[in-house]
Amino acid sequence: MIQTKNIHFSYGKGSDFRFPDIAAVSGESLLITGGSGKGKTTLLHLLGGLQRPKSGEVIIEDTNIATLSEKKLDHFRGKNIGLVLQQSYFVASLNVLENVVLASWLATGKHATDKAKHLLEQLDLKDHLYKLPSQLSIGQQQRVSIARALINEPRLLLADEPTSSLDDENAFKVADMLAHLAKQFGTALVIVTHDQRLKDRFPNQISLS
Amino acid sequence: MITKIAWKNIWFKPLNTALSIILLTASVAIITLLILLEEQFEKKFSDNIDGIDVVLGAQGSPLQLILSSVYQVDAPTGNIDYTEAKKWMKHPFVQSAIPLAFGDNYRGFRIVGTTPEYLTKYGAEVKDGKVFGKDFEVVVGSSIAQKMGMKVGDKFFGSHGDAEEGEVHDSHAYIVTGIASPTGKVVDNLILCNIESVWAMHDHEHEEGAGAEEHDHDHEAVADAHSHEDNDHEETAVVSEEGKEITAVLVKFRSKMGIVTWPRIIAQNTKMQAASPAIEVNRLFSLFGIGLDALRYLAIGIMIISGISIFIALYNTLKERKYEFALLRVNGASRLQLLSLVLIESLLLCVTGFVFGTIVGRVSLVFISGSSEDEFKMSFNPFQFVWEKEGYLFLLTIFVGILAAVIPAVKAYSLNISKTLANA
Repeated sequence: MIQTKNIHFSYGKGSDFRFPDIAAVSGESLLITGGSGKGKTTLLHLLGGLQRPKSGEVIIEDTNIATLSEKKLDHFRGKNIGLVLQQSYFVASLNVLENVVLASWLATGKHATDKAKHLLEQLDLKDHLYKLPSQLSIGQQQRVSIARALINEPRLLLADEPTSSLDDENAFKVADMLAHLAKQFGTALVIVTHDQRLKDRFPNQISLS
Repeated sequence: MITKIAWKNIWFKPLNTALSIILLTASVAIITLLILLEEQFEKKFSDNIDGIDVVLGAQGSPLQLILSSVYQVDAPTGNIDYTEAKKWMKHPFVQSAIPLAFGDNYRGFRIVGTTPEYLTKYGAEVKDGKVFGKDFEVVVGSSIAQKMGMKVGDKFFGSHGDAEEGEVHDSHAYIVTGIASPTGKVVDNLILCNIESVWAMHDHEHEEGAGAEEHDHDHEAVADAHSHEDNDHEETAVVSEEGKEITAVLVKFRSKMGIVTWPRIIAQNTKMQAASPAIEVNRLFSLFGIGLDALRYLAIGIMIISGISIFIALYNTLKERKYEFALLRVNGASRLQLLSLVLIESLLLCVTGFVFGTIVGRVSLVFISGSSEDEFKMSFNPFQFVWEKEGYLFLLTIFVGILAAVIPAVKAYSLNISKTLANA
């Protein structure tokens, strides 16, 4: 589960962000919406430990990640936080399976090859295991990054505009998969988006204003 | 795993990688070749002058005298009178003196008239058969025996002079009485007989008579007589050798004093010269040295260019790879792991280039050795490793790799992941 308390962030003069406290328990989904410039991505980066808040606490399970050292934070992030971004990035020279296995190795030092295969099959990517990421469609790439985000069974799954570059069919497919997998792995799911299509899909919502 | 990613990354951009590796290979190959050539060349040259303090021969270029009589590569400067030379061979300074008489060749291998002492000087033993004794008996050097498949008891005819195609002396056959053991020195590529054989072979030719040669000899005889006026006694004592000529004498002194004083004494008192192989070889090396230095600078230049090429390749891909790096960080990679990823990519290129370069350098040495063997009877061993110098070369290559990777690696290290991903 994840919980925040009074987080405040600033990029410098005139851009102060004060975020409402949010909470999501394991297996539950939370949708954070808001227009451009409202700090959606900033909040997601704070939750994912990519940024540190100026003040306040970000508590994942029992750890306040705002105070972890850089190295510990890298490790914690790898192990407990899965991240799905609007655009998918991969190590271009590694194939789909290797990219997913890499995430498990970076976090745990183990090659969870079987688990990765299983996960990719579940995400309908059975035939693409040995292709390079660049050979896949955008929708397929998005699913690979979901598999990669989940390989370590994180406590928190963060998704930044996971559907905005997809057509309706794929958008709902991805949304369903995220919700379903979060439940399956007992992971708290937080989605940040301006995609109106998702508002009906996820009942738990917070709007940034 | 980081190494695996690095390996896959460098092959993901095959052209960049090929360029960097080719440049590195070229520079390492040239430097390796230089190291091996220099090492073996110097060793071969200094091995062959062991125990030779000066060479006594006809006037002319001292370097030519050394090259022809010690290394057997150049044409001789001319002939000297044996009686005259003999007087100096018995000089109190002299510890040992080995006369050499060049006459013929067999299929391009020189037939040299000398004494059995010549073999001992170069540490060669007669492996099969016995040393030459009577006229026309020869001991064949080990490489020749191997290449030409010669055995004890074989007979062959020599050709006149240095040229393989020279006039064949078909009146007398040489007979092989012994095969010398391999030494790695000039003696391996020589056919040795006694001096009388050379004289006999050519006296016989002279009887058949060639006008021009007759004239030459008259001229020399006059010159000889002139310089020998006060040696009548000795000349008459060795009648059979009167007017006979040899090409050079390899001299070793009892003390180093001789090296300094002899050349002057010889120059003042005779029409001969005494040349020091050590001095001439040094002169030769300093001539070569300029060329070798130029090559070395060229190789270092190429190495710098290959370093720059690696740097540009890493730096350019860094822009497109910053998302990749940010992503690795998101997945739990530490800053140090990214730093080492970039460093390892560069080092893999360098190590690959070094390995290829070492191989290519040695392959080129095989070719060079082939042609130098044909032309100068000098071969090089491509499998020798000059650990110290090649070790420095390896360190230099690694250093170039690290230097080229430093800026990209630090950039990867200090990447702001949030900013990178937010601006996507």
